[in-house]
Amino acid sequence: MAIALKRWNRQALLAVLLVAPLAIFVAVTFLAPLAAMLVRSVYQPAVAEALPETLAALAEWDGDSLPDEETFRIAGREFVALNERRALGSVATRVNRLESGMRSTLLGTARSLAADTPAASWREAMIAADADWGAIESWLAIRRAGEVITPRYYLNALDLDRGGAGEIVVRPEDRRIYVSLLLRTLLISIAITGICLLLAYPLAWLLAHARPQRAGPLLLLVLVPFWTSLLVRTTSWIVLLQNQGVINDLLVTLGILAEQQRLALIYNMTGTIIAMVHVLLPFMILPLYSIMRTIPERHMQAAASLGASHWQALRRVYWPQSLPGVAAGSLLVFILSIGYYITPALVGGRTGQLISSMIAYHMEQSLNWGLAAALGGILLLLVGTLFFIYDRLAGVDRMRLGG
Amino acid sequence: MPARKPHSVLQSRRWLGLGLWLLGASAAAQTLTLVSYGGSYGRSVEQAWVEPFMAETGIEVRMEDYNGGLAQIRAQVETGNVFWDVVDLTTPDAVRACDEGLLEFVMLADLPPAADGTPASEDFLPDSRSECSGGGLVSATIVAFNRQQFPDAPPSRLEDFFDLERFPGRRGMRRVPIANLEFALLADGVPIDKVYATLDTDAGIARAFAKLDTIKDEIVFWEAGAQPPQMLADEEVVMTTAYNGRIFNAQILENQPFTIIWDGQLQETSGPGIVLGTPRLEIARRFIEFMSRPESLAAISKYISYSPTRYSANAMVDSHRETGIAMGPHMPSAPANMNRALISDWLWWADNGDEMNERFAVWLSR
Repeated sequence: MAIALKRWNRQALLAVLLVAPLAIFVAVTFLAPLAAMLVRSVYQPAVAEALPETLAALAEWDGDSLPDEETFRIAGREFVALNERRALGSVATRVNRLESGMRSTLLGTARSLAADTPAASWREAMIAADADWGAIESWLAIRRAGEVITPRYYLNALDLDRGGAGEIVVRPEDRRIYVSLLLRTLLISIAITGICLLLAYPLAWLLAHARPQRAGPLLLLVLVPFWTSLLVRTTSWIVLLQNQGVINDLLVTLGILAEQQRLALIYNMTGTIIAMVHVLLPFMILPLYSIMRTIPERHMQAAASLGASHWQALRRVYWPQSLPGVAAGSLLVFILSIGYYITPALVGGRTGQLISSMIAYHMEQSLNWGLAAALGGILLLLVGTLFFIYDRLAGVDRMRLGG
Repeated sequence: MPARKPHSVLQSRRWLGLGLWLLGASAAAQTLTLVSYGGSYGRSVEQAWVEPFMAETGIEVRMEDYNGGLAQIRAQVETGNVFWDVVDLTTPDAVRACDEGLLEFVMLADLPPAADGTPASEDFLPDSRSECSGGGLVSATIVAFNRQQFPDAPPSRLEDFFDLERFPGRRGMRRVPIANLEFALLADGVPIDKVYATLDTDAGIARAFAKLDTIKDEIVFWEAGAQPPQMLADEEVVMTTAYNGRIFNAQILENQPFTIIWDGQLQETSGPGIVLGTPRLEIARRFIEFMSRPESLAAISKYISYSPTRYSANAMVDSHRETGIAMGPHMPSAPANMNRALISDWLWWADNGDEMNERFAVWLSR
């Protein structure tokens, strides 16, 4: 008994040691960055650390009328000191996200106050340097930018904002973009998953049940594009689908379309769907294929011998057995398409853009990583919720990637 | 003792070998990594700056490509693992990175004077660099068209880009607000010096979008700078906004029948910055000093049609190395091209870029 336990312990230890490299790799390269980004979506201490005195003074301010002379003086001094340490720029960018124009207001005022320290009223000097200081909104923006733990990125990611008294309000119509983009991303991803399934199911069936000497080359046809560079495949679609492209030329030459009726197949949602279906198709075919290979053909013959028509046998015998593959493929394609970036960016034009384009903008251009993280967090939550619902309906343990 | 002698020689050789290896390793640590945009521009940078710099200083330079954007630089600075040393940045990106404390400051006083002794502080075009950028280049966003599609009366003014009646056909446009809002207002009759003041008002922004609305259904949006020349060549569009250097390359090196409409050009600048915290700060500064010299800035015009941001360098612009054509007329800052040229106000974009991007995205999805 004791020996058996010891042996078991050793085996368990061995198993842990064998898994450890992968576990550490996943933790370091995936879980830790993910956690760090999610923290960013609510935790932003930069402004609070940079402007402690101004924020302390503003904490006592009523928010209805302009702050008092003392607050102006404290703030002005802090801006000048920060600018001398060249640390005002990052504060200014963050305040600017809440109130456009505050970047130059802050930097310009700090410069003019440093050049000419006010002898009397700081309030008058600052309003003279930039009229924005006479507006309550400027001070509200600074106070709000100073929040260390903040829900504002999640609010913004849902096209919401907070009003003067802190109440939640819907953003103005010409700046409401994220919810509609999220919905479009979901719809396009569902459409892509559905189309992939429709195209992949018969093909996977053919692969799984063809004679090996025919299945081999067929499988190669699926895999070769899978190994081809994503950019090459995407740009090939441009050549094929564009207005003056191969498909339109062919249709016009054959007289099916008139010169003026050329189809808009790319640089729109159609283009995104076509190109992404092609790119993601192998992710549907391969799980389906590996499950279908395990379904004995005898089952269909048995169903037929019991009097089932082809259609009945397919629907009641074959389809239920292939469901684990359908589930695995669909989940894989859906999750991949919801975060896809390169293909929609190149062929999506105006109407085929996904939420990933905004995440990329905030990561690369605006450096508003808080908002990028919040958008990513919402996507993660969406996928998590769908996975949960799916688990309730179908059961994840039924999902298999292979026999 | 004599028996040991060969051994000690052998040993000293081994030490010598180790020493040489260490020397080599430390020289390798002094390899400068320069990150730029690649493509034909990257090759120009290599020939005009990198090769002469290596020849002059003996410092090894390794070039890497990127597509703009600041996420990489920020990630390197925040994790303290800086392996990019000098990065070529558009001025708006450089301003943002400088604000965020991602770049070293570059003092004008540290940059080389002009040949006649004019200090750098008086030799740079106004507002052509951030506080973190070295000497740079002026590029222009322009409208270009394919002559074969307009055999009779070709377009000639920015207004023609928005004139679907006289010039029917699809237009290419980059899927960003920058440049497009300015073009819309210019074509709508706003004078050059009032464009950004107009955009400062809600009515002005609405006016710009309303002008864009008039051609919205005919716009094909592009993303990468290589796309517009391709779209023109494929006759996918009849006119497109594009970077002047890309169109120049297509005209000169590929013999494409493209024409640039210089009227209403929007000039933007770019220049290299040093990533904050690079362990190779010293050689990075030497590189910035080298490429900020007027003769270095002018040298790039032997390969691509971008103008220097220094007055004294503009006088040195010569001819295209490969074809021998005079480069002057192809430069954004050539007097004949400057009749109606708008200088992009990166300060305005730093203040309003995020808001405009959201409004533009809303406009796109409507």
